[in-house]
Amino acid sequence: MLNPNLKLNSKIFDEDVEKKATREGFGKAIVSLGEKDQNVVVLTADLSESTRTEEFAQKFPDRFFECGVAEQNMAAIAAGLAIAGKVPFISSYATFSPGKNWETIRTTAVYNQANVKVAGHHSGIMTGPDGCTHQATEDIAITRCWPKMTVLVPCDSIESQKITTWAGEYKGPVYLRYSRDKSVVMTTEETPYDGKVQEFWISENPQVTIFATGHELYYGLLAAKELESAGIMVNVVNVASIKPLDEIGILELVNKTGAAISVEDHQVAGGLGGALAELFVAKKPIPMEFIGLQNTFAESGSPKDIIEKYGMGKTAIMEAVKKVITRK
Amino acid sequence: MDTELTEAKLFELNDLAVKARQLVIETLVEAGSGHSAGPLGMADIFVAFYFHILKHDPKNPEWNDRDKLVLSNGHICPIQYVTMAMAGYFPIEELKTLRKINSRLQGHPSRHYLPGLETSSGPLGEGISQAIGLALAAKLDKNKQYIYCIASDGEHQEGNTWEAIMYAGKNKINNLTVIVDRNNIQIDGFTEDIMPLEPFKDKYESFGWYVLEVDGNNIHAFEETVREARAIFNKPTVIIAHTIPGKGVDFMERNYLWHGNPPDVVEVPGSPAKGDQAKIALAELRTLQGKIESEHQ
Repeated sequence: MLNPNLKLNSKIFDEDVEKKATREGFGKAIVSLGEKDQNVVVLTADLSESTRTEEFAQKFPDRFFECGVAEQNMAAIAAGLAIAGKVPFISSYATFSPGKNWETIRTTAVYNQANVKVAGHHSGIMTGPDGCTHQATEDIAITRCWPKMTVLVPCDSIESQKITTWAGEYKGPVYLRYSRDKSVVMTTEETPYDGKVQEFWISENPQVTIFATGHELYYGLLAAKELESAGIMVNVVNVASIKPLDEIGILELVNKTGAAISVEDHQVAGGLGGALAELFVAKKPIPMEFIGLQNTFAESGSPKDIIEKYGMGKTAIMEAVKKVITRK
Repeated sequence: MDTELTEAKLFELNDLAVKARQLVIETLVEAGSGHSAGPLGMADIFVAFYFHILKHDPKNPEWNDRDKLVLSNGHICPIQYVTMAMAGYFPIEELKTLRKINSRLQGHPSRHYLPGLETSSGPLGEGISQAIGLALAAKLDKNKQYIYCIASDGEHQEGNTWEAIMYAGKNKINNLTVIVDRNNIQIDGFTEDIMPLEPFKDKYESFGWYVLEVDGNNIHAFEETVREARAIFNKPTVIIAHTIPGKGVDFMERNYLWHGNPPDVVEVPGSPAKGDQAKIALAELRTLQGKIESEHQ
């Protein structure tokens, strides 16, 4: 059942459940951060509309910097602004930022612990029809390997607003991962956010813990509901903070089940699955299965069709659960 | 910079520049790796900055109203470390730790370790962008400080450099002055053979910059050029400083093979044998120093 303590959206499994993109939460959050703090500035690389920085630009034109199609310049200007006390958000597509400008961010922001917030939009296959070039599916891997980096992935537009606000108030470099397409709003304004893992779906005597990040969490919930009617009990956990990883919370959860599934809209190599596997091998070796892109790029298509074809939906998760139980 | 460059001051700066060159040689020999030609070629400009041009306080490197000097081509950091130590940021003795474990003097500069550095650098092409960020922040804060950025000529082969030049030109970042070390060499050879930069001045002008050129090994001329740059209010300014790589050490001058090597580590055709290189370089610099001092008297 849905965890009543988290005050989740009661219409979550209804046909007419609200859907909204996580980039919308970002756009709202930067405006309210800008109202509260004069030092908050926003930079974009010719993507102000699609990365939802337009409202900020209209309200605070002096604190908005249009860099043109130049992601490296944008990142390094932001580092300079941060070193001088500003709180810059750089907003582009994740394949370009932190993709194309990876070394620039590494040297000028992360190495310096400069207070730069990297907003990576159009992550994952939710950028469907644009095709692989615009679907960032390695961005978690390339940011979570940086020492002392923070990497956050909101599961819906409401959590997105909370996470973006948290990042703006936190001092240090942060990577924020947003998606283009609308996805199910699973949380409510009342759902708490504190960077720890949260059990969205709970069962008595669960056999498997499903750890999910981003919009894919919804498929984990759909799988859990269907598995329950088939008599297979699981817990489904939202992992919004890939780094730092809530190691204590995660180990407590798998102590109850002894088996795990990772679910993400990302390559399984180096993403949430990789992060969990590193933890489990070091602290509690357990059987584990990985849902995500399996050593392949995706292609053009609707997000729904891509999720189906590449084994990232409800059915694939249910099969992974059954498989991991046999390995216990 | 607020004070005039008197003849006595100019002598002092020229004298300091030769001392700085000697410290560069000694520091590189102790480190056993690092770059020689660039630091020697830029000694005059760094001395001019740390002992005359910059408004700064070595004992309070985070002073809010200081001028900011960003070094983009971090590999010439030995000359920055030497002049910072001479100016009082840290003891001269600490120069011996360059490139060694537990040192604040990293092989390429890190502001994470050493207060007084405005940025970390080494990967080329990122300095002008960061200096623009500092300049934009100064404008937002209504701070009258000057932002300077020293960049190499070779790093103008990086796309990021031109992204920054385009941005500053469009946005008329007038509190920024870039100084390009136009020494014509890079690791693999001469810039015009590897990837030509000329017509360099025209390129900057076409991007909306005010361009000045100067002999970068003439402190008097350089100081006047910086004054002129500071008087330009409608554009960002670049000073193309023509320097002689390896300046002050005859066998190193204009030889790109000395770009990335310290003395006494490799045999370089046309140069003294390994083991004699530092000795001969230091002797030559001492003679030069004697000449400057006797001319002054």
